[in-house]
This record gives sequence, structure tokens and C-alpha cells, in this order.
Amino acid sequence: MAVLLLAEVNNGELAMDATAKAVTAAKSLGDVTVLAAGGSAAAAGEAAAQIDGVARVLVAEDDSLGHRLAESTAALIVSLAGDYEHIVAPATTDAKNVMPRVAALLDVMVISDATAVVDGNTFERPIYAGNANQTVRSSDAKKVITFRTSTFDAAGTGGSASVETVSAAANPGLSSWVEDKVAASDRPELTSAGVVVSGGRGVGSEEDFKLIETLADKLGAAVGASRAAVDSGYAPNDWQVGQTGKVVAPDLYIAVGISGAIQHLAGMKDSKVIVAINKDEEAPIFQVADFGLVADLFAAVPELTEKLG
Amino acid sequence: MKVLVPVKRVIDYNVKVRVKADGSGVDLANVKMSMNPFDEIAVEEAIRLKEAGKADEVVAVSIGVKQAQETLRTALAMGADRAILVVAADDVHTDIEPLAVAKILAKIVEEEEPGIVLAGKQAIDNDMNATGQMLSALLGWSQGTFASELDIDGDKAVVTREVDGGLQTINVTMPTIITVDLRLNEPRYASLPNIMKAKKKPLDEKTAADYGVDVTPRLEIVSTTEPEARAAGIVVGSVDELVEKLKEAGAV
Repeated sequence: MAVLLLAEVNNGELAMDATAKAVTAAKSLGDVTVLAAGGSAAAAGEAAAQIDGVARVLVAEDDSLGHRLAESTAALIVSLAGDYEHIVAPATTDAKNVMPRVAALLDVMVISDATAVVDGNTFERPIYAGNANQTVRSSDAKKVITFRTSTFDAAGTGGSASVETVSAAANPGLSSWVEDKVAASDRPELTSAGVVVSGGRGVGSEEDFKLIETLADKLGAAVGASRAAVDSGYAPNDWQVGQTGKVVAPDLYIAVGISGAIQHLAGMKDSKVIVAINKDEEAPIFQVADFGLVADLFAAVPELTEKLG
Repeated sequence: MKVLVPVKRVIDYNVKVRVKADGSGVDLANVKMSMNPFDEIAVEEAIRLKEAGKADEVVAVSIGVKQAQETLRTALAMGADRAILVVAADDVHTDIEPLAVAKILAKIVEEEEPGIVLAGKQAIDNDMNATGQMLSALLGWSQGTFASELDIDGDKAVVTREVDGGLQTINVTMPTIITVDLRLNEPRYASLPNIMKAKKKPLDEKTAADYGVDVTPRLEIVSTTEPEARAAGIVVGSVDELVEKLKEAGAV
């Protein structure tokens, strides 16, 4: 029983939090070998060796592995797969790009976004954007899994696993990296922000969305929007929170002029504290809100912006 | 160049999901079903490629129950030229796993020889986010997942991808599989005349057996449960009270 865990490596550095959370999830499955792959990955491998519960670290450095291109990274993992029953990763966009490709090459299903390990074959995962949870049992000989990091605590550090070097697989040469653009906004990224302020159709226009943005900036928050606001052209599509947009779970979510359509609730109901401001006291958003304020948002939001902070 | 667009029939995004009493899944009987929203974006992109003169035919394909032909008619009404329905299940509750879907799609790709497959990045029912990557693996093609921009330039495509914390741009070799994210475009609504015209467009019906693919699931569903409901909150009377409550809760 051995586990191969694909570490999250960004520009040669280990993303410690995501990787250490996946280690916590993987530990109960067997001895954990961490694979650090990249154009440069030695430093990431050294960092991963210190995570408690890691038995061994493999470092694969090659230009073809830089920027986590799916084709070359999947080929590497498949070349190592023989020794492992479980091949796992934190459920980052990089891993979601790579792991289903690995699974298909091994002729097994992938188990995406697992939130709990029941046993070596059985895992829990959310479906319908978290509107239901499903427990699934795999009949495949090898299990390929991504773990949703927000549901696991990070493993500590203090370990000293052995570090070995492995070679990259032959580069299939199907894709090449051009550039990375880190989000240019001064605001935090929507899916990882601690606070999110979202506006809905009730905001009424693109100009009036400034009210939402001003409150967000006061709180150092990301800005979100309901699908209704996006469809009405008040906010860009990439601000959309909901089943068809981004799924967020911040410490504080402030919903302004959002009625609370089911597909919106699916994207934010796991937030720690939910505030709803809406003039319609019957709006379904109040059923999930910790604190509801029945008020005209054009008066309440500027007042809230002024009185916070 | 031909474009192949797989589309999935899923519960409409505005319908409240209810777990079946026996825990075998979500109740889909007599529930409004629609095209997976990410697949609508893929169909839209395929039609735009045709309108821009970069593609000459758009073929929509759906794999599932017979009723998925409604979803294909929607794709045809949006502007797809023809459709292929692969009936792989009788019960509307049966979800064909991404691996089996990818295997059937791989066979269709061999027959149809598209230059590009445009797929939604995930279906909003099982949220697996896997079919495009799996198809790419089976074909040994390149993949550009979570695309928010796509520019086809001869034997390569330039793809801008939505990744954690920003955007990544890569070149992929054609033929390729692209899975689309929200920002790529805003899908059009089908007009009534186009909905009427779509009824006359060709729709081929096949079965999974025609492609020799075993669709037996690899994952057995042990149980399905509703998430815990949130405890009821309180209604505050003023902004001052709201600020006070937020401070008490340590939220600001």
C-alpha cells in the first residue's frame, strides 16, 4: 500500500499549504511518496521532505515539466505509477488539468475533489456544487484522486524524508508554455479571498456596482456577482459566484441586492458568516444569512462602508 | 476543419437539487433538464469558429439517455450543423462516467476526424471535471483546459487558461481538445425560427455497443446525502446593529 502524491509546485517553489493538506488526506492510505516536478523542483522537494507523514520524496527536473503542462507531467506520473495503489494531489487547477489525464492513461476513473477518506477504496465528494454529498467506492486497482484542500488540516513540518531524483518521461511535445499572468487586480482572488462582497440584480446598473466595489475595497475583499447581475451586464462573467461560476467559502460573505437563486446559494452557502442586504424581506437569501438587513441597498451600503473599519 | 462538441443533459441550474430517499442519487424524474451551462459556452465557441471561417462544420454529440436528443436539438438551434446521440442508458438517473464517455468520444473522433474538440470544463451534476482531459489522453492529443481565450493559428492554437491566481497562456498542437471556462464567451439564445429549423437538421442515433465500449461504472455509489442545513440567522434592524453583530462575531 503506497501513495504517490503530486506536490503543488509553482515556479520551483512548493505550495506548502495545499501540499501539506493533501498529505493529511493521503496519510491514512499508506506510505506517502511526494513527487516534486518542474523545470526546477529540488528546493520544492527539500521543503516537501519536511512535511510530517512523508516517507520519501522524488524530484523530477526537466524543462518539459516546467509550468506543469499536462501532457509531460501526466507521462511522468504514469512512468512511476507501477509502485503505487493511490495517486493523489491537492485539487488545484494544475492537478485538475493533469490527474484525469493520468487516470485515463491508466484506464481508471478519477475521483475529483474528495472531501473524506472512508477506506482505501471509498471516498466522499460533493456533487451538484455541494448541494449533495456522495460516497463512492472504486473497483479500480489504482485510485487517482484529487483532494479538496479546504476540508483537510495541513500536516505539520519537522520530518526528514529521503530525497531521490527521477528522470522525466519522454516529452510528448504537444504543448508549450507562453506566459503566466498573475491577476492584476489589487483585490484578492475570488475563490481564496477571506471576505467577498457580491452584488445582484438589485444593484440595478454597472455604474451602481461601484457601491459594491467601494465596500469590498474598504474590507480588502474580493468582488462577486450573481448570475442575474452578470446576465444583465452589471458585472463581468468572471465575478460570477454560483454553480455556473465560482464556488467560494470565505470567512465573511456579504450579499447585496441578491435574491438568492438556488444556483447562487450553491456557490456561497459554505461561507462562515453570511450577511444579506435586500429590500425584499421574502428573498430566499435571508434563509441562509446569519445576519439579514431588510433595507434599500443604496442607503445601507454607503452607510455600512462608512461605519466599517 | 470540423469541430466536435460534446454536450451533456443535466438538471437545470435553477432547479433545487433533492436527494432521493434511498440515497442512490439525486431525483431527476419530472425535473427540468437543460444543456450543461459550460457546454453551451463550447457550442457558442464552435459556432463562432464557423462564423469566422475557421471551421466549416459543427457536430454536436451527446452520450446518455434517449432524452438527450432534446439537448442536441438545443445545440442545433444555436447553430450546430448536425448531431450524434449515443444512447448508453435507459434510466434517466444513470450517469455515464467520464472515462466511458471519453472512450465513446474517442471512437467518434476516429470516425469524424475533427480538427478540434470543444467541451465544457465540467458538468454541473457530477462536477468531475475530467472528460476533456481523459479524451485527450486516450487520443494522445494536446489539451487546453479551462480556456478563457482561444485563437486557432494554423497547426497550433493559443489558449489562455483560467488557473489558480491568474491566467496561463500556452500553445497547443492541433488537433486538440479544449475545455471551456466561463469567460470565453456568452452563449446566444436560440431564436424561434432557428428552433424550428433545428428540427429538420440531421440527428444520428447510435448506442454504446455500436462503438464497442463497456460503460459499466468503475465507481459504485454507496450513498448520497443532503449537506447539513445552515442554522437560522437573525434579522437586524439597522446598519449600526449589523456592524455591532459583525464585530461580536469577529467577522470584521
